[in-house]
Amino acid sequence: MSAAAELTGLSLREAGAGVAARALSSRDLVEAALARIAATDGEVGAFLEVGAERARAAAALADQRAARGELRSELDGVPIAVKDLFATKGVPTTAGSRILEGWKPPYDATVVERLEAAGAVIVGKLNMDEFAMGSSNENSAYKPCRNPWDLSRTPGGSSGGSAASVAARQVHGTLGTDTGGSIRLPASFCGVVGLKPTYGRVSRYGVVAFASSLDQVGPLARTVEDAALLLGRIAGHDPRDMTSSPRPVDDYLARLEEGAAGLKIGVPREWFQGGVDAGVERSVRAALATYEKLGAKLVEISLPHTKYGIAAYYLIAPAEASSNLARYDGVRFGLRCEAKGLKEMYAETRERGFGAEPKRRIMLGTYALSAGYYDAYYLRAQKVRTLVRRDFDAAFERCDVVAGPVAPTVAFPLGEKTQDPLQMYLADVFTITCNLAALPGLSVPCGLEAASGLPVGLQLVGRSFDEATLLRAARALEREVGALPAPGLGEGA
Amino acid sequence: MALSLEEVRRIAGLARLRLSPEEERRFAEQLSAILDHVRQLEELDVSAVEPMTHALAAGEIPAPRPDERRPGLSPQEALAAAPAREGTCFKVPRIIE
Repeated sequence: MSAAAELTGLSLREAGAGVAARALSSRDLVEAALARIAATDGEVGAFLEVGAERARAAAALADQRAARGELRSELDGVPIAVKDLFATKGVPTTAGSRILEGWKPPYDATVVERLEAAGAVIVGKLNMDEFAMGSSNENSAYKPCRNPWDLSRTPGGSSGGSAASVAARQVHGTLGTDTGGSIRLPASFCGVVGLKPTYGRVSRYGVVAFASSLDQVGPLARTVEDAALLLGRIAGHDPRDMTSSPRPVDDYLARLEEGAAGLKIGVPREWFQGGVDAGVERSVRAALATYEKLGAKLVEISLPHTKYGIAAYYLIAPAEASSNLARYDGVRFGLRCEAKGLKEMYAETRERGFGAEPKRRIMLGTYALSAGYYDAYYLRAQKVRTLVRRDFDAAFERCDVVAGPVAPTVAFPLGEKTQDPLQMYLADVFTITCNLAALPGLSVPCGLEAASGLPVGLQLVGRSFDEATLLRAARALEREVGALPAPGLGEGA
Repeated sequence: MALSLEEVRRIAGLARLRLSPEEERRFAEQLSAILDHVRQLEELDVSAVEPMTHALAAGEIPAPRPDERRPGLSPQEALAAAPAREGTCFKVPRIIE
C-alpha cells in the first residue's frame, strides 16, 4: 500500500490526531485526498466541484496552526467535503440543478462556517439528486454517481456523493441532508455510517430548502466515532434558523464506548413484513442477535402506521417543495430564460431549469395544496403524521432505540427504477417515518450481504434529541462487526 | 384516479411551469399513479386527530428571536447573482404594456 493510500485510509479521528501530534501534515492529507479523487472520481462521480487551490491554502494555514500549537479542534487540517446543497461563499453551489448552475452564494451555511471554524478543510462539493429529491442520485442534473462497491449500481440518494466519497476513501467525512432517508439510504448502500439528527438539532441556515419541516443536516463517515465528532461540531442553536433548538448539545463521545448491555432495543414487526430481501433480513437479524449477545434486550414492538409513511410524505414533502421552489423565478439569482412577458419568463426559466423530479414534485405539491384538495390531501397527511409520531412515542415507552433495516434491498442497479417514480419512492419505506416523527436516525453497517457482497445497513431510531444513545448503540455493533473491507476501487492507482 | 391532461395543464399553470405535450402526458400518468397510492390514507379515521403542524413538540419550539436590526447583505452583495439588474434594483420584464 502506498503512503498516500495509508493516509486516505485513516479515519477522521486518526487523521486529526496525526496532525495534532505533528506526525502528519494537513498538506499531506489534502494532497493524498486530491490524488485519490483524481484517481477514482472519473468512475465514482462523487464530486461536482473540487476546490484544490482553496483546500491547499486552508491546509497551509492548518499546518501553521499545528506548528504554533494552536489547533482549533480534532478536525483541524482534515480533508472533508459537503453535499452541493450547502451554501459556500463565493464557491458554486448547484443543489444538483441546472437552475442554480454557476450560482455563487454570498454567504456560508452555518454548518460550513462551523466546520471551517474547527479547521476542517473542505475540498469540494458533492454530487446529489437535484434539490435532494431522489433515492439513487440518478436525478443529478450533472452526472451520475456510482457505488464504489459496484460501479453498475446506485450509491443511493439523495446524498449519494456524500456516501460514495467516504466509502471510496476520497475524504475522511462528509455532510449530507436527510428529508426522507437521504443520509441513511446511501450510507446503507455504500457501507458507511450516516446519521440524521433530530429535527432542530443542526442548523438549516444556508441549506437549499426542499421540505422545511423534514430537512435535517447530518454527517457521513467511516466510523461511528467520526460521525459523533462531526455531529458535535455542527450541532447546536443557531439564531439564523428559527427551527433550531436551544437545547444544549450532548458530548457525543462521552458514552460512546459504554456498550449495549442493558439497552432495550425495539424491533418493529412492520419493518420485516413484505418486501424485505432475504439477504438483507439475514444481516439485520444477525445484528440483532449480536445485540442480544452483548446484553441488550430485544423487545417486539409495533409501529402500525409504517405503511402510510410514504403516502403522507409524498403529500407533505412535495407541498413544501412546491412552495420552497417558487423562489427560482429568474429574478434574484440562478437561471433566467428571457421571454416576452414576466409570466412567460417564469415559465420558460422553470421549464428549462428544473429536471423531471423537481417538476413532478412541484406539480404534486401544487395539486395537493390547491383549492378543493387541501383538506383531502395535505391536512389529512398532517394528521397521519401525528399518528406516525404517536407510534414512536408509544414504542419509546418500552424501548430505548428502534432497530431494523434501512432499506428493503442492497444497492440496486442504475436505471432499475428511473422509469417508475413510485417504485423509487418505495425505497424509503423504512426511513421516512423517522423524518415524519422528527426523530434521530442512523445507519450503521452490519456486514455484507452473502449473495451480492454488498453492504447492508442497520437502521437505529432514537428518542428525540437522544443522538448519544443511538451512537453508543451503533458503536457497540461496529465493535463486533469490525470495519468493512475497502471497496475494490482504483487499485494500483 | 386518473388526472386529466386539462388538470395537468391547470396545475402547471399554477406552478408557473410550461410543460411540453410529452411531459403533460407523462405527468398525467405518473401523478395519477402516485395519487392512487396516497389514497390509502383514506383508510384511516383521522376525525379526532390533530394535524402535526410543527416538527418539534409544543414545548420544544424555540421562541422567536427579538425583532431587532441586524447586519445583512449589502445591496451590492444581494444583487451580485441577479441575472439582470439596474442600479440597486432587480430588473424584470415589463409587466404592463
